[in-house]
Amino acid sequence: MAEVDEGNRPMFAGLSDVSISEDIPVEGEITVPVGSPSQDDECSTLDEPVKDTVLRDLKAVGKKFVHVLYPKKSSSLLRDWDLWGPLLLCVTLALMLQGGSEKGKDDLGPQFAEVFVIIWFGSVVITLNSKLLGGTISFFQSLCVLGYCILPLTVAMVVCRLVLLGGSSKVSFIVRLIVVTVSFSWSTFASTAFLADSQPPNRRALVVYPVFLFYFVIGWMILTFSPSP
Amino acid sequence: MKVELVAIHSVTLFGLGRWDVEDILLYFLLGFEISAAVMAAVDDLQFQEFDDAENLLAANRDATTISIGDPSSNPKKQRRVPGATPREEDDDLLGNDDSDKTELLAGPKKSAPFWTFEYYQTYFDVETHQVLDRIKGSIIPWPGKNFVRLYIRSNPDLYGPFWICATLVFAIAISGNISSFLVHLGLPQYHYVPEFRKVTIAATAIYSYAWLVPLALWGFLMWRNSKVMNLVSYSFLEIVCVYGYSLFIYIPAAVLWIIPSETVRWISIVVAMCLSGSVLVMTFWPAVRDDHHRIAIATVSAIAALHILLAVGCKEYFFDSREAEPPTEPAASMTAKQILPTMKTK
Repeated sequence: MAEVDEGNRPMFAGLSDVSISEDIPVEGEITVPVGSPSQDDECSTLDEPVKDTVLRDLKAVGKKFVHVLYPKKSSSLLRDWDLWGPLLLCVTLALMLQGGSEKGKDDLGPQFAEVFVIIWFGSVVITLNSKLLGGTISFFQSLCVLGYCILPLTVAMVVCRLVLLGGSSKVSFIVRLIVVTVSFSWSTFASTAFLADSQPPNRRALVVYPVFLFYFVIGWMILTFSPSP
Repeated sequence: MKVELVAIHSVTLFGLGRWDVEDILLYFLLGFEISAAVMAAVDDLQFQEFDDAENLLAANRDATTISIGDPSSNPKKQRRVPGATPREEDDDLLGNDDSDKTELLAGPKKSAPFWTFEYYQTYFDVETHQVLDRIKGSIIPWPGKNFVRLYIRSNPDLYGPFWICATLVFAIAISGNISSFLVHLGLPQYHYVPEFRKVTIAATAIYSYAWLVPLALWGFLMWRNSKVMNLVSYSFLEIVCVYGYSLFIYIPAAVLWIIPSETVRWISIVVAMCLSGSVLVMTFWPAVRDDHHRIAIATVSAIAALHILLAVGCKEYFFDSREAEPPTEPAASMTAKQILPTMKTK
């Protein structure tokens, strides 16, 4: 054993002796092989102005809005999901549902947090439900679709507030009812156009029903909104 | 790896000239042998492990099939003896292949551990027509038919209970709002304010009823089962499923409660109670039938009482019982509306 230990020493000593002799020049060029310069320019987002970045994202969100308004079974809403649009819509809706009662009294209408929780928790539950039923759609794609499809209802909310500026009478209620009904069916139709394909046909109704309930409840909150006199 | 190391060692030693060729060869062979032995041992270990895992799996599989098969298959056979022909017919009508499929799949399906997604997928393994059949079965009582055996068949789903509860929550909250709007409609200076609070309270009440009552009932049945052998025993999820579907009848009832008339409301409650309450009673009667007569009656009447208590409680709390009585002054109506719930709880 002692011999083996002794034998180790020269081996490591030999290793430490390894050095590059001085007459070999250590120099070179560090280059990264570039396929094509034009492709590089397209992909790089590091050196572009912030305005371009923001505009590109906004353009993507806007494109998805158009897809919701014309639901033609396009898969682009599913392919590259983002949650910016849903966040924007949800915050807008929740902010506009504020101020339902007089100052100083208890606000009995839906609070910001309640609307926010209903929208996000609702979409998460619907997504989980569709996944549990054996859907092939991914979690965030489904969240993205459900969030973007609130757009018609947010538009209805804007219209309702404008109508309510003229005072709440029977006519204004009927106008609001029509607007909310149309936007509710639009939302449901748009989201099912995107979501239903991911389900086996004998379970489609089971997936569509919670979506229907979800938009129905949001539509009800919008319809019953009445601002303080 | 090991062989190479040994070789390096021997070469260095050889260079030093202290060992001769034979020693080196011996050393080399020894090293080779050791590494081979180690590798063999590792292989053995792996095989051992694999065998163990498979044995365990097999044992587990047996265990699950026994535990699942026991409550469902034995009583079915025993219960099928007295009234064989009609029940057989029903089975055929409802699709016997379906039951075969569920029984075949029951073993491997339940074997997924509870933290995986697949485990929960087994509770959503229903199709549209099954859900519709279960809803139909929960509102139409057939004398002598057992809801669990006829519709659920050891495949309890959570889809129905969850979404029926969600629908009921919003049905109660929305129609409660509409009814309070209708009661106050036409009153001077009445300003309609949506009461979102009702959604929260309804959700708490209904979800706790749909989970806590089955939990209590399951515990009670387990306890009774340990004292008196009952032929029929239900799993927790089967009870949850029965309760969830039995709430369905209250959805149309809650919509009917919009009509501001106490007579209509009470009639709808009685009708709903007769339909779904009798399904509940008929489902749980076999589970307590072999117990002492007094306990069996008490259990069944407690089930029915809780069921009617939920309906009456919801009606009293969420719906204005006043039939459009004119308030003396507008301020009074507002305060009265806020005080009302607290008064009713007293």
